[in-house]
Amino acid sequence: MGGISMEPMLQGRGLGKVFGAHQALAGVDIDLFPGEVHALLGENGAGKSTLIKILTGAYQPDSGAVVLEGAEVAFRDPLQAQAAGIGTVYQEVNLVPNLSVAENLYLGHQPMRWGMLNKRAMHDGAREILAGYGLEIDVRAELGSFSVAVQQIVAIARAVKLSGKVLVLDEPTASLDRAEVESLFEVIAKLKARGLAVVFITHFLDQVFAIADRVTVLRNGKLVSTQAISGLSRTDVVRMMLGKDVVFAHSPVTEIGASGPALAEFKGLGRKGSVAPFDLTLHQGEVVGVAGLLGSGRTEMARLMFGVDLADTGSISLGGPLTLRSPRQAVAAGMGFCPEDRKVDGIFGELSVRENIVIALQAKLGWFKALSRDEQDDIAGRFAEALDIRAADHNMPVKLLSGGNQQKVILARWMAIDPKLLILDEPTRGIDVGAHAEIVRTINRLREDGLALLVISSELDEVVAYSSRVVVMRDRAMVAELKGADIAPQVIVQAIAAQEAP
Amino acid sequence: MKLRVQRLITPQTIALVAVLLFNWLLFPGFFSVEWKDGRLFGSLIDVLNRGAPVAILAIGMTMVIATKGVDLSVGAVMAIAGAVAATGVESGLTVWQAVPLALVAGLLCGLWNGVLVAVLDIQPIIATLVIMVAGRGIAQLITQGFIVTFNDPSLIYIGTGSALGLPMPVLIAVALLILTTLIVRRTALGLLVEAVGVNRSAARFAGISAMSLLILVYVFSGFCAAVAGIIVAADIHGADANNAGLWLELDAILAVVIGGTSLLGGRFSIPMAVLGAMIIQAMNTGILVSGFPPQFNLIVKAGIIIAILVLQSPVASRLFKRA
Repeated sequence: MGGISMEPMLQGRGLGKVFGAHQALAGVDIDLFPGEVHALLGENGAGKSTLIKILTGAYQPDSGAVVLEGAEVAFRDPLQAQAAGIGTVYQEVNLVPNLSVAENLYLGHQPMRWGMLNKRAMHDGAREILAGYGLEIDVRAELGSFSVAVQQIVAIARAVKLSGKVLVLDEPTASLDRAEVESLFEVIAKLKARGLAVVFITHFLDQVFAIADRVTVLRNGKLVSTQAISGLSRTDVVRMMLGKDVVFAHSPVTEIGASGPALAEFKGLGRKGSVAPFDLTLHQGEVVGVAGLLGSGRTEMARLMFGVDLADTGSISLGGPLTLRSPRQAVAAGMGFCPEDRKVDGIFGELSVRENIVIALQAKLGWFKALSRDEQDDIAGRFAEALDIRAADHNMPVKLLSGGNQQKVILARWMAIDPKLLILDEPTRGIDVGAHAEIVRTINRLREDGLALLVISSELDEVVAYSSRVVVMRDRAMVAELKGADIAPQVIVQAIAAQEAP
Repeated sequence: MKLRVQRLITPQTIALVAVLLFNWLLFPGFFSVEWKDGRLFGSLIDVLNRGAPVAILAIGMTMVIATKGVDLSVGAVMAIAGAVAATGVESGLTVWQAVPLALVAGLLCGLWNGVLVAVLDIQPIIATLVIMVAGRGIAQLITQGFIVTFNDPSLIYIGTGSALGLPMPVLIAVALLILTTLIVRRTALGLLVEAVGVNRSAARFAGISAMSLLILVYVFSGFCAAVAGIIVAADIHGADANNAGLWLELDAILAVVIGGTSLLGGRFSIPMAVLGAMIIQAMNTGILVSGFPPQFNLIVKAGIIIAILVLQSPVASRLFKRA
């Protein structure tokens, strides 16, 4: 913390934000000091982006206040925040790729002379600015002709030029390779030395430990803790993110009976740049939990198993050898997949609850075996009751339901095809407590019915409660398979946080 | 029964009735229909007859738009189909050979569009622009640059003949409307197409073969365009590669939108799109019989369309709900 002055540059005090019935952020405090790199961590839906959007003026808080250099501020939009000194660089560089580097740096603030664009001043200025970042490139060339890393630095340079007090970096390293990350970190170190407060959002713990001075962890919209990185271990950070204090007296593994015969075998399944080849066998009547942080390859693994992405190595056997070219074939073989991002990959917002429930079955039956309206009503009614889906009417658009009920609709969709293997990616994320309990109950019931389930979850309590095995993903590879007494939050956290093998 | 009547009161039906009443005010004989030479005559029949090609295009276009796509090529495909049919009969083919050949040409154009959109994942507006531009060139190659006229009575019958007292184009459009609606709603096609239009990614995850559905709707749109092209060629006894179906793709899109199908895909209604085509034709006819200087035509048309679209807009429907 050396070099950090006493007066915070930017403060959030008791920030809260509500979307509809969902409390995205509740009473979060954060202090950003000049000359510090402050890592902001949390799983998806933890409230990181909501917090950032409030600090940078994209959202207005419903409660609490933003304080800049001791004075309370209320930004109407990001432009105002930028003018006040708070700049943001997003994961996807949001500059104009077909303008030149210099034009991008000066867009909206071009140097003028006699009412004309002063190109020479602009190019000289741009060269000078970028030299400060150790970047010597042709500033007249199109931005899009440079690598993402260079574009990222140009974006940072622009944000710093326009703002200059606080710089927010939202997953800046997500699409960079190792060397590019290094050069980005050099840039961040320079900015830190210049006295900027840098907020750094990432999913990579290595990077947090490499560059951050302090770390703030959010979970479920609430502040978990803000601590100096020097006093923390990787395990501490993972534990804060996943909310696991070491207070689990027992794990109910013993309650789960022996699983049935092998149902599906995934052998050496892998895809370059996505997930390293892994082996996994699933048995009838068992739940295999998948633990790992975001970006660990857990979702990529599920996508390979369901044929969303095509594997370039390995083989699958599910009642005979199976080659997946699309999810359609996976469904035909008796698989179902509740994706992590319900809105994007799951629900058909404009379609009714009934249609959302019967759609996979209908797709499986084909075009010409249409389910009659009566059959649809019957199926929708049956599963809505079984899963306690709270909809006033099965003909209302599914987008009007709460997140939890939407998730149950997707679960119902797969139960309707009577699957053998269900893959659930974060089935309980961002949903209310009641729906949460219902989904966990359903997982257990399906297991008892003899299904094989693969459940990806950040909720270690849950994973421990229903899994008979847990596989751990890290750095896009399966790194551990835990059984029996090893299925305990502490062991899982340690496996997730373990250092990379040398 | 009460509910059914209410379901008939939509912005589209109100608009159609309003336009028709307006026409009647301008031209008192508008609603008179008479029986002559074994068929019906009158301005109303004329609206149906003239509106048939766009209505047929709109049937295909509805399916495409339901998948969140658009087919800009239908006007040019009409020209190609007309050219094939006309050149066919002129070079000695019978109608039973020339017309299927023209339909196959439309299907092939649709297949091309479908492959570009579904397999190569090109944006529909760009993918279908290719044939919109190149199609007239292809049609010119087929007609070798001339307007090919023909005297084959069977082919002409498709455009100007009548049966059951109604002009052939009207009968063809009605048959296509009923057939398509039945197929789409009695099979699962309608639901699956809507699902692809609402969320293509989720459709893939749910095991729907979005690719074959997308190809299918473009092929069907090409087929409808070919039917419309044959009718138009038969009507004027010739194939004009430059002007047949010119700008009709825009009328077809407009008809679908007036029919309440969103360009964002999803829910669709084929009967409503056909109604939309009728509204457009009723306006065209009304402006024509009203004696307005023709230079006002497009402006009046635009004004009425704006009124219909405003009535359908989310803002207006919210206002109605509150009232």
